[in-house]
Amino acid sequence: MGRRKERIDRGVKVRSDGIYALNSYREVLYLAVPRLIPVVGLLVICPLFSDYWKEVIVSTAVYALLAVSWELLYMGGLISLGQSLFYGVGAYMAGALNAYLGLPPVLSIPIATVGGGLLCALMLLPVLRLRGIYFAMVTLVLPLLLARFVEATRILGGTEGLTGIDSFSSQWVAFYLVMVALLVAFYGFRRLEGSDYGLVIKGINDNDRAIMSSGINIHWYKTQILFLAGAVGAFAGAYGAHYDMFAGIPGFALDYSILPIAAAAVGGMGSFAGPLLGAFILVPLSEILRALGALRIVFYGLFLVFAVVGLPEGLFHFVRRKYEQIERWVEVDKK
Amino acid sequence: MFAAILIYGFINSSILALVAMGFNLTFGISGVANFAYGAIYIFAGFLVWIFLNTLGVNYFLSIILAFISSYLLGYLMYRFIILRVRGLPLSEVMATFGLGLAIMELFRYLDFVGVKYSLPVFIDGSVSIGGHFIDYQRLLIGVVAVALTVIFYFFTHYTKMGLAFRAIAQDDETALTLGIDPDRIGAFSLALGSSLAALAAVIILPLGTISVENGYEVLINALAVCIVGGLGSTVGVIVASILVGYSQTLTANYIEPHWMILVSLAAIAVVLVVKPSGIFGKQKELEERV
Amino acid sequence: MSAALLTVTGVSKHFGGVVAVDGVSFELKAGEIIGIIGPNGSGKTTLVNIITGFIRPDRGKVVFKGEDITGKPPYHITDVGIARTFQMIRPLYQLPAYKNLIPSLFSPRVRRLVGGKYGDRDAVAMDILEEVGFERDSSVPYKSARNLPHGYLKRLELGRCIALRPEVIILDELFSGMSIAEVTSTVPIIEKLRDEDIAIIMIEHRLRELFQITDHVLVFNFGRKIAEGTPEAVMNDPEVREAYLGSEDVGEEEIAC
Repeated sequence: MGRRKERIDRGVKVRSDGIYALNSYREVLYLAVPRLIPVVGLLVICPLFSDYWKEVIVSTAVYALLAVSWELLYMGGLISLGQSLFYGVGAYMAGALNAYLGLPPVLSIPIATVGGGLLCALMLLPVLRLRGIYFAMVTLVLPLLLARFVEATRILGGTEGLTGIDSFSSQWVAFYLVMVALLVAFYGFRRLEGSDYGLVIKGINDNDRAIMSSGINIHWYKTQILFLAGAVGAFAGAYGAHYDMFAGIPGFALDYSILPIAAAAVGGMGSFAGPLLGAFILVPLSEILRALGALRIVFYGLFLVFAVVGLPEGLFHFVRRKYEQIERWVEVDKK
Repeated sequence: MFAAILIYGFINSSILALVAMGFNLTFGISGVANFAYGAIYIFAGFLVWIFLNTLGVNYFLSIILAFISSYLLGYLMYRFIILRVRGLPLSEVMATFGLGLAIMELFRYLDFVGVKYSLPVFIDGSVSIGGHFIDYQRLLIGVVAVALTVIFYFFTHYTKMGLAFRAIAQDDETALTLGIDPDRIGAFSLALGSSLAALAAVIILPLGTISVENGYEVLINALAVCIVGGLGSTVGVIVASILVGYSQTLTANYIEPHWMILVSLAAIAVVLVVKPSGIFGKQKELEERV
Repeated sequence: MSAALLTVTGVSKHFGGVVAVDGVSFELKAGEIIGIIGPNGSGKTTLVNIITGFIRPDRGKVVFKGEDITGKPPYHITDVGIARTFQMIRPLYQLPAYKNLIPSLFSPRVRRLVGGKYGDRDAVAMDILEEVGFERDSSVPYKSARNLPHGYLKRLELGRCIALRPEVIILDELFSGMSIAEVTSTVPIIEKLRDEDIAIIMIEHRLRELFQITDHVLVFNFGRKIAEGTPEAVMNDPEVREAYLGSEDVGEEEIAC
């Protein structure tokens, strides 16, 4: 006699992913509770923390925006190694609009979001025609070269950066702005993922020729995805510039590229909840481990390797499986 | 002035070619983009320094030891990381990128920062060519770059191993039926690419200090040259190195050294718009592939 | 005589030193089925790839309803009304079978034709799958494409084409890998499409089944069209016999097997 682990789906799942038959409030709650955790968590629980931790949470949200943007590109088969491109472009754009033209955040952030998204899409447009790792290569190289470019040409404040950018009118405005933006991006992208549009995007990743043969211009769709991801990243940058009252070369730094990927790897790629969860684990964790200095990036790097090689599933999918399935040991005959 | 540009442009091109060759070779053979390439470069540099200064090993022996270590690192990387995600290019990219970051930032954490981390030149002194003094180290870089190019050409066209490489680069399933083991060749390609990174490191690093930033710079330069020349094409790497190398030297001479970086950026931008797969790119554009 | 829907004129393509397609011309009319046969490597699939825009020809023209579509990108060619299946099947493996039709139903062409939005694309997808022989009330349409048998995947490809409401369908070895029963049940589907005035090009190796459906056959060898006509006529053509078997004294039955 031996033992075997048996996994059984809980009763509410019917036929196919995303189609449920609900018979009681209990089952409605069962489905609704996990879906409401982000809203309650971000808008109700996070504000209860001390001022110091609220700042950490704000920077977590900024990274989470970049991670969610990364996941959108991943969905379409585009691996971005340079989320800092989006962040940097957004930060400089909002910073310049504010410092040179005197536009208040109410105007500079929306303009930088849309403008940054367009600019990033434009810069990466030529790479979209190529498969495979070209996108990864170019996204890695671009922000680092742009940083040097600013340094060399001394435009936009050069190495000093743009300082004295207007801050938000109050801490609460700043706090809720980024939380609401994160929720909009998160739920918006999830909605997109579930729609037929999202299905086409995933199809491009799966098999681009079949999608082309369905009469769909895949370059145009990829461009749209790039714009959306770029806009969310640029928003993070524009917000960051106003929050820190500074836009500069650090905006193109590797931190903004590697942390979102590590968050996705730890939280679980392939769903938007994964990167969100990952960001809310990694950023506060690295705040606690601040004393370690450069060692943090070593950990991120190793996290990435382990996640990709060892547990491609990620934390979110693990938690989800535990939630959706009953596991038990059963006796079996051993032959 | 003209002679100086000719010579310095040549040296600059040689540095770029040396830096890009290992990355490109690995990709050309097994299709693995080794984003830990820059990390291996400084790993080799620091290793030589440690052997030489901390352990008091002879310079030549230190270099040999660094070569062997880099070769092993590349091999182990394939064996324990790449092999598990083989055939998933995006996972390969993320895994090697993560590993590279970890290695580079580990050196930073261990405080390998400062001017004392520099390697001695092989032969001190310089030679005058057309009234311009070129130190022997720079001359050596040029010679090694040219020699390597020639060796690789003969290796891939006239030796059994080299031909096997090209076979696997074309189609690894067919190569399998010909009795070539793709995993052995894949591991070897990574090991070889890594030792080329080490070679580039030991002959280029004596020109300055070893720093973590070098690693990032090498990776950027290797990627830039490969993007411009066309990934996986040896001819492309040479041509792109010469193109970018001379344009950088010209820019530095006639405009301002600060603007050198602009050349790489402009080269990438132009190539991506005109021919996305690079000057000699084999990677065909989407529509043409069936 | 109605005007030709699709006209291919003098199309050539070489890869390196190999001539894959060499000066091929033919016409296709609405409601007509043309069979294309020939040995492996005779350029049949390359021709399909040229018509559907996956390969740009060196010379020659492809005209569809008066529009020159030579070298246009694949999505444009599908958009004007030419749908194809792939010899090497290319389903979206991650998705359930019926979801494989969604990209086609979501395409600009179909949205234009049905005037705005489909109410429920999933329901339309299920109808089409039933049409190509998926059992509606079974679990088959909901199965992930990864877990479907080959014959179903082939018919899924056909379904993907039908979903596009095309005017021309190109079937690249649709029958290969299908069981006899599957072929028998697929033939009426193709005949029904023809009766709806859709023009069809069939590349086939299963000649017996092909000749049941069509009496207009093109024979390819080494990239050239060596014969055109009814099955009987082309099979009695000495050059065709030579191409297929390398000798002349073989009966038609043996060729058809």
